[in-house]
Amino acid sequence: MSQATAEATLPFEEALAAYDPVLGLEVHVELGTNTKMFCGCATAFGAEPNSQVCPVCLGLPGALPVVNEKGVESAIRIGLALNCEIASWCRFARKNYFYPDMPKNFQTSQYDEPIAFNGHLDVELADGSTYRVEIERAHMEEDTGKSLHVGGSTGRIHGATHSLVDYNRAGIPLIEIVTKPMTGAGERAPEIAKAYVATLRDLLKALGVSDVKMEQGSMRCDVNLSLMPKDSTTFGIRSETKNVNSLRSVERAVRYEIGRHAAILSSGGKVTQETRHWHEDTGITTAGREKSDAEDYRYFPEPDLVPVAPSAETVEALRATLPEPPAARRKRLQSAWGYSDLEMRDVVNAALVDLIDETVTAGASPAGARKWWSGEIARRANDAGSDVPTYAASLAVTPAHVVELESLVTGGRLNDAMARQVWDGVLAGEGTPTAVADARGLELVQDTGALQAAVDKVIAANPDVAQKVRDGKVQAAGALIGQVMKEMKGQADAAAARQLILDSLTN
Amino acid sequence: MTNELITASAADLAARLAAREISSAELTQACLDRTAAVDGVVHSYLHVDAEGALAAARAIDERRAARESLPTLAGVPIAVKDVMTTKGLPTTCGSKILEGWIPPYDSTVVTRLKAAGMPILGKTNLDEFAMGSSTEHSAYGPSRNPWDLDRIPGGSGGGSSSVIASFQAPLATGTDTGGSIRQPAAVTGTVGTKPTYGGVSRYGLVALASSLDQAGPCARTVLDTALLHEVMAGHDPMDSTSIDAPVPAVVEAARRADVSGMKIGIIRELTGDGFQAGVQQRFDESVQHLVDAGAEVVEVSCPSFTYALAAYYLILPSEASSNLAKFDAMRYGLRVAPHGIDDPSAEQVMAATRDAGFGDEVKRRIILGTYALSSGYYDAYYGSAQKVRRLIADDFTRAFEAADVLVSPTAPTTAFAFGDKIDDPMAMYLNDIATIPANLAGVPGMSLPSGLAPEDGLPVGFQILAPAMQDQRLYAVGAALEARLLSAWGAPLLHSAPDLTAAGKGA
Repeated sequence: MSQATAEATLPFEEALAAYDPVLGLEVHVELGTNTKMFCGCATAFGAEPNSQVCPVCLGLPGALPVVNEKGVESAIRIGLALNCEIASWCRFARKNYFYPDMPKNFQTSQYDEPIAFNGHLDVELADGSTYRVEIERAHMEEDTGKSLHVGGSTGRIHGATHSLVDYNRAGIPLIEIVTKPMTGAGERAPEIAKAYVATLRDLLKALGVSDVKMEQGSMRCDVNLSLMPKDSTTFGIRSETKNVNSLRSVERAVRYEIGRHAAILSSGGKVTQETRHWHEDTGITTAGREKSDAEDYRYFPEPDLVPVAPSAETVEALRATLPEPPAARRKRLQSAWGYSDLEMRDVVNAALVDLIDETVTAGASPAGARKWWSGEIARRANDAGSDVPTYAASLAVTPAHVVELESLVTGGRLNDAMARQVWDGVLAGEGTPTAVADARGLELVQDTGALQAAVDKVIAANPDVAQKVRDGKVQAAGALIGQVMKEMKGQADAAAARQLILDSLTN
Repeated sequence: MTNELITASAADLAARLAAREISSAELTQACLDRTAAVDGVVHSYLHVDAEGALAAARAIDERRAARESLPTLAGVPIAVKDVMTTKGLPTTCGSKILEGWIPPYDSTVVTRLKAAGMPILGKTNLDEFAMGSSTEHSAYGPSRNPWDLDRIPGGSGGGSSSVIASFQAPLATGTDTGGSIRQPAAVTGTVGTKPTYGGVSRYGLVALASSLDQAGPCARTVLDTALLHEVMAGHDPMDSTSIDAPVPAVVEAARRADVSGMKIGIIRELTGDGFQAGVQQRFDESVQHLVDAGAEVVEVSCPSFTYALAAYYLILPSEASSNLAKFDAMRYGLRVAPHGIDDPSAEQVMAATRDAGFGDEVKRRIILGTYALSSGYYDAYYGSAQKVRRLIADDFTRAFEAADVLVSPTAPTTAFAFGDKIDDPMAMYLNDIATIPANLAGVPGMSLPSGLAPEDGLPVGFQILAPAMQDQRLYAVGAALEARLLSAWGAPLLHSAPDLTAAGKGA
């Protein structure tokens, strides 16, 4: 349990009535390179502590860094995807400070010469509007090791009896993406923050440069926030909330900090410039390190590395490898699939775009793909606290299953109700749709004699309804179809039954 | 017999080993016997590895007996400056903070020595982390000058200069950040080269100032120096600043010893005032020898050299303050618990260890560098120093348009006495006035003996500087001068050094 106590906050609406939030986001992304940024060590997640280390990433005396070319390429591709300018010449810099999980007691980073700068990312909001996030810079750096504080109650260093350090993470390539201050967001600030991180995550995933798993720390977000009075254009003092590591938390942290700042300011107080810790469980932030302007990292150009100077040709060649931007792709797919805006937004919000794309490519209809991936399985995934793609993968349910299921319907073996039963069986792990249909004995009765007999019986039993149909009220046939299906114990093709009823009554 | 083996040149020993007139084991044993006899007074070594050296010697002898084709210097033993990592052998850098540290890896230079079949006799003394000009800053006590045991053997590489001047080894490695190979060579009557920056890998060389450090060869003759230079040099993918180009033909140049038609530039700012009379006299005579050998003399001016010392003592401490941050008691080396603190924090252990483990000169430079890099001072100090560095490089470029090589005395004086400058850092720093410009510009330099100063009978060094990547010019000029001097003297200079075994008995 957190020992932290919540500070006073002003209700969100009240805060926004008096103040404009200014938002800045710093996102750290671990690159998915096979080796570390400055040595040849492996980067696999979850390996035995200190098993992926060497003299270089342990910072042993005499060891020297060598730049991972793949890391630089990824950085340039990220910069290009964020519409940034790419530096034709830039250097690494040393950021000097002491910490036990940082082997050299300086972090090799970039300072005033980032590899990419001055870009933007357009973010779509729930109401269909677009907000342009200006990108200040994206720069390359290395990750630190990981400290595990043992003996305390919170896992933080406070109260711990000792600490263990795992240097497997030390030297893993990171890209830090920093936005320019976002103004004018108003009450949409929490939504914009979340949407930006989500959009960035999708973009990085599409680039294939990172697995962007926020829960594993391969994508980490710091939220900088300040408030200024409604009539002011001067930024207030900001707080930096560190390691806000889920999309939902990004939104909550922004909302919380707006309320906290507003409470301080409206009571005549002064916000402290400091880093703050985000508490997932209680949804609040607490004070961390105070960040005075006196904090001095004594940056200077890293003399052990030569400058990075990508040629224009290299940059253009990398630009050619960029995938279609996710927003453009969504527009293209929506048009190809014929979805309404509402349908498309639901599909995007449920993270179904890739799955539906694969399913349609495998041969299913767009409508069918959407139907099967957003019905029963979505309910189950939600119950499991997961999303559909992850849940489907855990069940080994694939686009091929949907294609097969749909073909059983279009081929006339199953009707819709039967297909739903088959899908339940597939989700229950009973096998492929065909195997489930076989095992459960689900098959439309193809014998028109039996169906005709059932139709005749139902017409005879419902002369009033039959007369209405004869009089031209075709929609009245629905009641008869339902009874025929009941007669057939569901094993009939409703369309065929309808046709037979109409044939019997109109000829 | 033994006496003759230890005074012979490496080139001569290599020829006799190749002809199987002598074995590496007997040669190595002769060196070790000499160490047993004289190192008690000279104190060149911090660590002698008799067992390892003899095992390596026997292995080479066996390979030679098997008629294997072996590198030129195979079987010739060597001493290694204790700032280069040696797998399985202590590496202290002359500091208490690394006492007992056994590196798990070899520096690239050591890897190359081993690949060349050269037995490693041991690790030589130095000023702590190569900061000094006398070895008085070694945490393990100073080395002594074989010419006068009350005088300094130069620094930081006083262990390597004295080990070859006292005939304990025919060859040694050095590192030169501001003259640490050339000044010790000058005051001990030996030869040493600082190659072009990037010519020899720095991987495994415990960094003092990354942009200035360069490893190089130490020997008693110009040809021996060239032979070792060729072994040490060459591109190393583990060092980003290593030059990816063929090693200059230094051995060939040393053998040809041809200066006819070469233009020798005398640097106006590095002669005359401030140079000891006997030093200047021997310098002038050497220049005349080169003229006699067919060279032409021109005078050049390098006005920015006046600011070299000031720039150097900002750049070096700045880089050193960051390079030495890794010595924090967390992963290796000394760990000291602070007095009177129960359950100290990591930071308190770091502070106590650094206080106990670093000597005064190291602390002085860390403080200087930390200050120079501080925000608000960076531009005035580090920034200005980098501009001066550029101007010095420009001076060299202009001077090399007028001359093929530049020459000066290596140091303003002959070896000074212990204690003379230890309490006056500025006086100590001024000893490197003639050697520092080459490090700032990255150009190669050599020192070789030009005789004994008449007033004190101590060796004088003659410095040759060449454009970057033109290291072979040093050897052409050095070998030509050496040949002239040798015929003038009738015997190598070191033959007139005192008999150390007598001194040892007397002490």
